[in-house]
Amino acid sequence: MTVDARPSVWSRLLRRLWWETRAAHVVWQRELLHYARNPARLIMTLAQPVVYLLVLGTGLGAMLPGGGGYPTYLFPGVLLMTVQAPAIAIGASVAVDREAGFLREMLVAPVHRVSLLAGRCAGAATVATCQGVLVLGLAGLAHIPYAPELMLALIAEMALIAFAMTAFVALLAVVISPTPTFHAALGCVLTPLVFLSGALFPIAGLPVWLTALMVANPLTYVIDLLRRTIAPYLARPEPAAVHSPVLMELAVTAGVGLLSVLLAARRLSRPR
Amino acid sequence: MRPGAIHTHSLRKSYQGMRAVCGISLNVEAGEMFGFLGPNGAGKSTMISMLSTLLRPSGGRALVAGIDVRDDPKEVRRRIGLVFQEPTVDTDLTVRENLAFHATLYGLGKHDARRRVAEAADLVGLTGRGDTLVRTLSDSMRRLLEIARGLLHEPGVLFLDEPTVGLDPQARAEIWEHLRELRHRRAITVFLTTHHLEEAEYCDHIAMVDRGRVVADDSPAALKRLIGTDRIHLRTGDDQAAAATLSDYLGLASAWGPDGLYVQVTDAATAIPWVCTVLRVPVHSIEVRRPSLDEVFLRYTGRTLDGASRPEVSL
Repeated sequence: MTVDARPSVWSRLLRRLWWETRAAHVVWQRELLHYARNPARLIMTLAQPVVYLLVLGTGLGAMLPGGGGYPTYLFPGVLLMTVQAPAIAIGASVAVDREAGFLREMLVAPVHRVSLLAGRCAGAATVATCQGVLVLGLAGLAHIPYAPELMLALIAEMALIAFAMTAFVALLAVVISPTPTFHAALGCVLTPLVFLSGALFPIAGLPVWLTALMVANPLTYVIDLLRRTIAPYLARPEPAAVHSPVLMELAVTAGVGLLSVLLAARRLSRPR
Repeated sequence: MRPGAIHTHSLRKSYQGMRAVCGISLNVEAGEMFGFLGPNGAGKSTMISMLSTLLRPSGGRALVAGIDVRDDPKEVRRRIGLVFQEPTVDTDLTVRENLAFHATLYGLGKHDARRRVAEAADLVGLTGRGDTLVRTLSDSMRRLLEIARGLLHEPGVLFLDEPTVGLDPQARAEIWEHLRELRHRRAITVFLTTHHLEEAEYCDHIAMVDRGRVVADDSPAALKRLIGTDRIHLRTGDDQAAAATLSDYLGLASAWGPDGLYVQVTDAATAIPWVCTVLRVPVHSIEVRRPSLDEVFLRYTGRTLDGASRPEVSL
């Protein structure tokens, strides 16, 4: 009996897996279609990091003693902001979809919630990476060489960061309700995190409590990861703010993403 | 139990001590058009959410298409179609993309999906609009698209939560035309909630619900029979003579009003020819008032469906 049952269990499992993969794939596709159909949204989310690079990079750089290196310093932060915008928009759309009903239509389908969330985060990662590639085109303005290995490494890292951020924002969207409270919470958490990540200025000589916040801030490691990927290609590398192994930083980012997907899925599948 | 049937036994749901559904037992036969009729806040949407596994019941049992909603929610979801009260189509996608999206979530193969998308679009009259952005469709077409989507995976039971809410009368009539067409073409159980009396009339079986309890449960005709008889309103040239004639020849008692005569009969359709034959006075108009479901609801709850507590009842 058990011998007979085995192949059927396996084939059932494979079919199930194929079904879930296709479900995640259409959710991914839907996110891309949304972006493709709203070019205005694309341009607006792209405008912010470019403005930061051009205005803050050159303007603030001119004020600093020896500020010629400031655009270079700012570049990882600009990349972070580039992927952050679509990650937040798509992660937060879980909250909008939940109230408008499209999420309910997905939830009533016989598909695992992990597939739905993973598809959405993958969609955000794809959109964010595409925008990131465009911003990478401006690397020359920040005196960063267009080395192919560097560009590929940065693209891969941006995809990972976008996935993790979308998952994290989606988790917040699922846990914090109603929607206005969620949006308020998002604004009140994210801005300080960006300031405390070392994206805009080196964080040194801060009071102890702010240093503690900086060390606990996941964005600190994301920025450090990008900065250290770029450093070997620079003529005059910046001293890094934190020194944690790059592999650990990658693992933490991926871990935060996966954990967020699982927790959000768990929360969604629990009927009220 | 036949596939497609719904059976609940003292199903309950409370939210933080507030009882939304207080022990509802229902038997919906396979293939029936079942109407769940009640005012806003009666617990209709809660009931649908429980039957479609989106809400966990606080107590009692519910079998949908033969499966307990608590034991195997995923299998229940595979066998039901659900159209929510609020619109849930993606307005940035086209009609076909919306349907294809749904088909994939329900595990339909590519070939199968294409055929069923075409069939479902045809069933609701959206053929030829496959590439239209949903944003540009009218409200009634969006609703029809949602119904088509709910039918795509060929469910045994289709739940419709207030399918015509927010639509104008013409759009409502259009939706109903398609629902009747659907019943001609497919063997499917339809469970719908409504607070429109005229929609309940289209159902084979209705349950009236008020404050989380079922107050009446039967076919619309049987419920109206409980209320009793048809009323004929006559305007004649000489009401007094007419009343005497009806009493002498047909044994019908009539009530005299300022605007004519009111006669109670068991079946107006057979009584009217007799009335016309015996009357020797000119008849200006004949009007029949059948007992309405509103009167049934009033009798069980002391209120009408739109919430008025003591309406003026003529006669």
